[in-house]
Amino acid sequence: MRYQNATAYRFLTPYLLIFAIFWVWPIISSFMISFQATRTVPWRFAPTFNWGRLIGDPAFFNALKNTLLILVIQVPVMISLAIVMAVLLNSPLLKVRGLYRFAFFAPVVVGEVAYSAVFRLMFNLDFGIINKLLASVGLAKIDWFSNVTPAMALIMIAVTWRWAGYNAIILLAGLQSIPEDVYEAATLDRVSKVKQFFYITLPLLKPVIVFCAVLSIIGTMQLFTEPFLITERGGPGGGTETLGLLLYRQGFRSLNFGYASAVAYTMAGLAIAITLVQLWLTREPK
Amino acid sequence: MSSLSQRRLGRSVLLHLFLTPLAVIWLFPLWMMVVFSTMPDNGIFSPGIELLPHGNFVDNFNNLQRDTNFVGAIGISVAVAVTYTFFSVLLTSMAGWALARYQFFGKGAVVAIILGTITLPYAVVLIPQFIMVARDFQLANTWVALIVPPLFNSLGVLFMRQAFSMMPHDLFDAARVEGVKEWRIFLFVALPLARPMLAALAIILFLASWNNYLWPLLINSQPGAMTAPVALGTLIGLTKVSWGGIMAGAVMLTVPMLVVFVLLQRHFIAGIAAGAVK
Repeated sequence: MRYQNATAYRFLTPYLLIFAIFWVWPIISSFMISFQATRTVPWRFAPTFNWGRLIGDPAFFNALKNTLLILVIQVPVMISLAIVMAVLLNSPLLKVRGLYRFAFFAPVVVGEVAYSAVFRLMFNLDFGIINKLLASVGLAKIDWFSNVTPAMALIMIAVTWRWAGYNAIILLAGLQSIPEDVYEAATLDRVSKVKQFFYITLPLLKPVIVFCAVLSIIGTMQLFTEPFLITERGGPGGGTETLGLLLYRQGFRSLNFGYASAVAYTMAGLAIAITLVQLWLTREPK
Repeated sequence: MSSLSQRRLGRSVLLHLFLTPLAVIWLFPLWMMVVFSTMPDNGIFSPGIELLPHGNFVDNFNNLQRDTNFVGAIGISVAVAVTYTFFSVLLTSMAGWALARYQFFGKGAVVAIILGTITLPYAVVLIPQFIMVARDFQLANTWVALIVPPLFNSLGVLFMRQAFSMMPHDLFDAARVEGVKEWRIFLFVALPLARPMLAALAIILFLASWNNYLWPLLINSQPGAMTAPVALGTLIGLTKVSWGGIMAGAVMLTVPMLVVFVLLQRHFIAGIAAGAVK
């Protein structure tokens, strides 16, 4: 094929222009801002001003700890649940498939604000339906918003509800690309369904699972709306404060762009590390 | 044979016994959203268990409209989402077309960069984007601010590249031999062929814009310029606010999307699943 530089770039230019202005430049810019003291006018270059503060800031480590804790618990639970959903939705034995698909996939279209509001009401201490249902079966009410552990659990429940179906859609597409005859051969050889799941489905699905895990980790790492709206600005007392919330607070409440950029680059560093792990996990066997 | 079909029956029963409660739990928050939106505030905050809709939706909606200009905000959200979807589909399909159709200098680099941004947190660009749009361009609280910066979209380009590269290129080559200009081939041959993929992409992009929260929250914070999610978000956490009203707003944001989802499920799922099948 011959080179058609001019034609190709004519089609690419609008896209690349937006990319250059709103992504490339900001990526460079926020790196530079993180080395500046931004609460003086004019900003001045101070390489250790923000990063020095970051490594000694208890608020940063609290946010980092909470974010990692949510990551480590919520992502594996959600991905496992999504795998179960996808495998079961794919079962030929399932009746009224459309209804089940609707149930699990519907949260995908629900906006963060709408579902945050509903979860806040549902988990209300005295009038929330969840505590009423707990009480009706003789269990103690849980104070979801005043104690750290239940508040964290609530955030994880909310995020899992919102995103499990999304991942199940991707996993289901992956499942459907596994050729049917692999299973037919295994069934003829009397391999049990459970063994088929662990020895055929999971290994063949691994790249898709890793893809879902990485997207979920990067999404959860930037978690903002749920602790902002459900647990009221990261409450109780910073118990659900995340890196996303810290960035918002520093950048857009205190207008401390330098420090917020350092927080943002910490998140980018984590994301890059996770992507490298992904590439390593899905590398082609030699 | 009968033991085999009995095993199948048993397995089927187990499957439904497990999946049905899970489906009910999953639908529960959506159901309660509808129920809350039809209950008066003193009903929401009462000790009884209410699981069925009442008849208070209109009152709740009026309360919401008293608390914030929600209808105006919905208008902004619709206009922004439609405009954004149009331009984003155009931009990403043009870029996808270039990547699928032509050999050009720097192609590998362009693809690598697009792939690289998929796993880059949005947080990294958020602050400079805000400084640029709000301070340098003075565009805060405008539609442009809501529409233009989110136009960059990497999964969409990969999706459209995939769509175009699966098409018979002989067709395009034949048109070229006839002397048809490349942009006409793109507009009048390739795009019509890509209609199902365009539909999937448009739905996903519309939804993303409709539900977008963080960027509109930051950049359009003035009451008259807020999108519907932002306007609704300002009420959450206030003390003197109608929760029935908030729920009516949540229903108005969600139910239209659920209807679209049911009607266009195939396109929806294709759009989301596209991320995995590369």
